[in-house]
Amino acid sequence: MNKFISSIHDYFSPDLSWIPQQTIPQVTHVEKPLSHLLSGKLFLPYELPEESLSFINAHFTKVPAIEKHWWGYRCRRCGNQKKYLFAYMPCGDQGKKCLYCRKCIVMGRVSECTPLYLFVPSVQWEKVKEACVWKGRLTSFQADAAEKINEVMAKGSARLLVWAVCGAGKTEMIFPGLATAFAQGKRVCLATPRTDVVRELLPRFESAFPNVKIQALFGDSPVKQADAQFILATTHQLLRFARAFDVMVIDEVDAFPYHADVSLPFATRRAAKETAGIIYLTATPRPKQLKEIDSKKLPTVFVPRRFHGHPLPVPSFVGCFNLRSSLKQERLPEKVKAWLDKRGVVTRQLLIFVPTISDAALVERLLHATFSSITAVHASDPDRKEKIELFRNKVYEVLVTTTILERGVTFPSVDVIILDSGHTVFDQAALVQIAGRAGRSPTDPHGEVVFFHQGKTDAMEGAVEMIKRMNKRGRKIVDALH
Amino acid sequence: MHCINCHEVFMQQTFWSNLFLPDKRNPVCDDCRNKLIFLTEPVCPKCCRPMDKPDLCLDCQSWGGNSDILNKNISIFSYNQAIKDIINRWKYRGDYLLGKVFQYELARVFNQHYKNLEAVAIPIPLSKERMLERGFNQAESLAGFLDIPMVHALTRIHSEKQSKKSRTERVTAQNPFRLTRSVISPVILVDDIYTTGTTIRHAASLLKEAGVKEVYALTLIRS
Ligand SMILES: [Zn+2]
Ligand SMILES: [Zn+2]
Ligand SMILES: [Zn+2]
Repeated sequence: MNKFISSIHDYFSPDLSWIPQQTIPQVTHVEKPLSHLLSGKLFLPYELPEESLSFINAHFTKVPAIEKHWWGYRCRRCGNQKKYLFAYMPCGDQGKKCLYCRKCIVMGRVSECTPLYLFVPSVQWEKVKEACVWKGRLTSFQADAAEKINEVMAKGSARLLVWAVCGAGKTEMIFPGLATAFAQGKRVCLATPRTDVVRELLPRFESAFPNVKIQALFGDSPVKQADAQFILATTHQLLRFARAFDVMVIDEVDAFPYHADVSLPFATRRAAKETAGIIYLTATPRPKQLKEIDSKKLPTVFVPRRFHGHPLPVPSFVGCFNLRSSLKQERLPEKVKAWLDKRGVVTRQLLIFVPTISDAALVERLLHATFSSITAVHASDPDRKEKIELFRNKVYEVLVTTTILERGVTFPSVDVIILDSGHTVFDQAALVQIAGRAGRSPTDPHGEVVFFHQGKTDAMEGAVEMIKRMNKRGRKIVDALH
Repeated sequence: MHCINCHEVFMQQTFWSNLFLPDKRNPVCDDCRNKLIFLTEPVCPKCCRPMDKPDLCLDCQSWGGNSDILNKNISIFSYNQAIKDIINRWKYRGDYLLGKVFQYELARVFNQHYKNLEAVAIPIPLSKERMLERGFNQAESLAGFLDIPMVHALTRIHSEKQSKKSRTERVTAQNPFRLTRSVISPVILVDDIYTTGTTIRHAASLLKEAGVKEVYALTLIRS
């Protein structure tokens, strides 16, 4: 009976005891770089460096890649336990069939007959004294969070959620903690859902931590090896690690695909050492995280103010009851037209969010007469990068976009409107993020945010409530300071 | 049911003909299927290359027209990003199951063109090293979807690495195959892609020399 209960428990919370315990490595000085390169990672047989076979034979543990349970299978690399993401394929000439995992196949196929090789020593990484050369100053809001982050990173064996509004300056908040971690000789990973963010963060960290070896890992990154003390990676890259990091920072923990995909929480847990300090960053927690915050299961620190000290712009709602039918007849809804007329000539650029790709093309066309420099982007637009860059350089006055620009990208001075904000693609988190695109610059902290809708949704009201709550929290702290 | 390509849930079409034969149902959702480009007339009657008029293409003319050792090639799709992605995951990443994306269309096209030939299917073989690397031969998977006997009558004696050679070098290159058993019935050579037609004709020439009267080809993609 106990066995049954434990196997049920394992179904929901995968057992990781197959990972060998951390050992004090008996590696020679010559082998040290090799242990930096190979430790804390999962390898397929053909990925093992041939020239290091004697080292591998001496130190590596070989484990089956797929676990068999009474309820089904689990892939040890990606945590997949969905039946439809496993399949059989022929194996050898004897007509034998082998089960393989389809979920993580882009990282090389793991099957019943391909073992995973791993090596989990407690490798000593360099103790870098005073690693942070950043000379900026944290706001009092940032400083409070930075102190708590520092504590978790220094002590380990703890988790902390940092709930920081869009534009709070979260990267700088982790600097002091990182400095402490590097001074202690810890290995750190910052994982974020999007490749663009990895690319953008690398130079910022390189200039703040010039004496720490940093590598960026993403789908087609030039660096593949990952032997640096500080790894910046897309969340998917975590599938390659096991018990590798003393400190993990999970950026945008609420963002797709992290919250939709069991692989990523699984891989995060495995990539972290058991004694790791884990920091989650978010501007828009999901209901699951809110529950953990409310029940005090997940220690949380709030950063309710942007780094420039101004509150978040609160979206206003404009109901237009013929919104869909107008667009269908290829007309701009009257209320939208009126708002644009009233807006008149302003220096701010305009960011327009729409639910679908076809809407983006349509709205671009409809506004062409009004704005001479306008363009539209969507996820599979091949010119997406260039268009965003041109908008940032103010070559375009107006950018029409699907939800792809809801996060990450910042433009200093924009008004933001959504057409059809009641559409299901705009969930509460998306709406808060979209509203968060406005007012990012200290020189123009008050962008306008308007949701044009054809009926208010819970998501819209929830978003406004979340924004007001953070502004209120910020106000209180500001008042207390004076 | 989950689409085997995008993994999204979709409603499968059920007809009387496949009600009790779940294997005969198309396991691909419409979204994924609509991203593939089916070859449409007019095409070269010999090799299926898209044409302005249904005339013999220049390549096929240079293969000798009526004296061409290949009777005919039928392809199903033209090359685009969507099919490239699927082939990449199937053949190179090794997601064996994805071959089933093509099962339904392959069987349909076979019935339309080759049903009454009483032929056997011969997959274009992989070299030993490639086979070991990938674990399966994509051409064999495709041949396995046809309701006719499959014969392993060819082996590859040279490796597949030919992409760096020029086209003429490839055409005049040595035959990379060897015939390992005799065949008397008509033959349908099966492969995933028809590019210059050289590979198929290398295989066809061995079969012709060994006395096979008719050699056809069935390929997924005409690039
Ligand atoms: Zn897997
Ligand atoms: Zn699909
Ligand atoms: Zn032709």
